[in-house]
Amino acid sequence: MLELKNISFTADNDGEEKEIIKDISLTIDDDKFTVITGPNGGGKSTLAKIIAGIQKPLSGHLFLDGQDITDMSITDRAKAGIGFAFQQPVRFKGLTVLDLLRIASGKTIKVSEACSYLSEVGLCAKDYINREVNSSLSGGELKRIEIATVLARDPKLAVFDEPEAGIDLWSFQNLIRIFENMRKTVSGRSIIVISHQERILNIADEIIVLADGAILKRGPKDVILPEITGTDSAVTSCEMLDKEVRK
Amino acid sequence: MTQLDEIQKRLMREVADLHDIPEGAYNFRANSALAGRNTTANIDIKSKEDKPGIDIIIKEGTKNESVHIPVVLSQSGLKETVYNDFYVGDNSDVLIVAGCGIDNCGTQDSEHDGIHRFFVGKNAKVKYVEKHYGSGDGKGKRILNPVTEVYMDEGSSMEMEMVQIKGVDSTERTTKAELKADAKLVVHERLMTHGEQKALSIYKVDLNGKGSSADIVSRSVARDNSYQKLDMCILGNEECSGHTECDSIIMDNGRILAVPSLEANSVDAMLVHEAAIGKIAGDQLTKLMTLGLTEQEAEEQIINGFLK
Ligand SMILES: Nc1ncnc2c1ncn2[C@@H]1O[C@H](COP(=O)(O)OP(=O)(O)OP(=O)(O)O)[C@@H](O)[C@H]1O
Ligand SMILES: [Mg+2]
Repeated sequence: MLELKNISFTADNDGEEKEIIKDISLTIDDDKFTVITGPNGGGKSTLAKIIAGIQKPLSGHLFLDGQDITDMSITDRAKAGIGFAFQQPVRFKGLTVLDLLRIASGKTIKVSEACSYLSEVGLCAKDYINREVNSSLSGGELKRIEIATVLARDPKLAVFDEPEAGIDLWSFQNLIRIFENMRKTVSGRSIIVISHQERILNIADEIIVLADGAILKRGPKDVILPEITGTDSAVTSCEMLDKEVRK
Repeated sequence: MTQLDEIQKRLMREVADLHDIPEGAYNFRANSALAGRNTTANIDIKSKEDKPGIDIIIKEGTKNESVHIPVVLSQSGLKETVYNDFYVGDNSDVLIVAGCGIDNCGTQDSEHDGIHRFFVGKNAKVKYVEKHYGSGDGKGKRILNPVTEVYMDEGSSMEMEMVQIKGVDSTERTTKAELKADAKLVVHERLMTHGEQKALSIYKVDLNGKGSSADIVSRSVARDNSYQKLDMCILGNEECSGHTECDSIIMDNGRILAVPSLEANSVDAMLVHEAAIGKIAGDQLTKLMTLGLTEQEAEEQIINGFLK
């Protein structure tokens, strides 16, 4: 279980402090598939980075299974069971896909095991396993490898930041299947996916709408989804955007 | 390798991956003396008469054979200059493994300067691997100043892998190549310096023949207070293509000077240079830390991968 208590975050914007996360409190229960959605610039990635320890909150506390992890390093949080797939995956000169999957799994897994993670994200393993994770990979390939690293880590709490971005239609089906699988097998685990895709929202237990650094809506999928796919939400997000523009 | 002591054997493993006596031709040099030699029907090795060093003569058409010529120094204060000439016959296809390991536990500097000349015959193919390694915690410096000259005849190709990752205090390596028509040279250099080390790597490649090409890729890491100068020059004197790439990671108080130069003396010469120096990208460290590595472990992984 992950708990955020009164989390705030500001960033320096041309010498002016900008409030990006505004006093957010929320609980992600075990065995839950939560999707965070909301307009661009709403603070979703920032919140995910705060959970992974990449950004330090200005104030507030985070608890993982009751333990205060606010001051824990990225490494210690990873070891405590938090996994994070970046919205913009990082490229490495020299490190191969196999190297990365081995690092992710935390042990010297067999090539066949590493290949199985690649197959899961729809990459033909033998074509990719020895490739360098460098700029020769396409955006979509890189994105899938990023997802595979989190699968290989098998974390207690997995956070995926817009995993569908740049993924083609055929693979999108595959992605949905991955999340459905994870969803079925989660036990004592939780998954947070940041997404704008209705089909991903559709498989959520819980939906959180984050806009302008605050939780605009949250609740069970059946309640929230109709609200945000109807005219209501379109208006809501436009209003939020309008507000941004006026500022 | 019966004549070698344990330190020398360890150096052999580091520089030539040799755990035992290799197959094919070899010449071992330990503390300035011959420590073992084998020739084959196609590969002859002869000591020079006028100066230290050997002639390696590879017969025309020799295929899939190898020559190992490692050098080890384990006695403090040794200084030597060795001249090795390789005559690679037309149409042959061989692997040449050189390398020098210095263990210096004493207070005096140890130095090995190897001058290697390659005369690569028509349509011959050579793969050349050279590793440099230093160990020992004495005050005496470990110094290596290799000079490599490559003369490539028509249609020949040579792939060079030059590695110096550890323990060499001071190095000035000079590599010169002259290529005739359709000759092809590929160089991969990997260099890491630490402590107070200094490394200079100088390349000068003349593309003289029509259709000749050179591709020189250097990856280096400068840590602590070390200094590197990478000087790469390609001259295109005919219709040819040349590419150099310097890619460096700088850490701590390391310093790197990259001096690329291209000279086109023919309108049909196509020459490209790329150079980049920078510290390890923060997001690379972050990513590996989210996979459970500490910052230091992440650094190691990134550097190991980079220099692989
Ligand atoms: N280090 C920073 N300095 C200044 N502004 C920042 C910084 N980090 C984030 N921001 C701003 O904070 C806001 C939230 O960014 P964030 O990346 O969290 O949005 P998001 O909800 O993930 O958006 P998207 O849907 O486009 O991915 C944006 O307006 C962004 O420009
Ligand atoms: Mg985002």
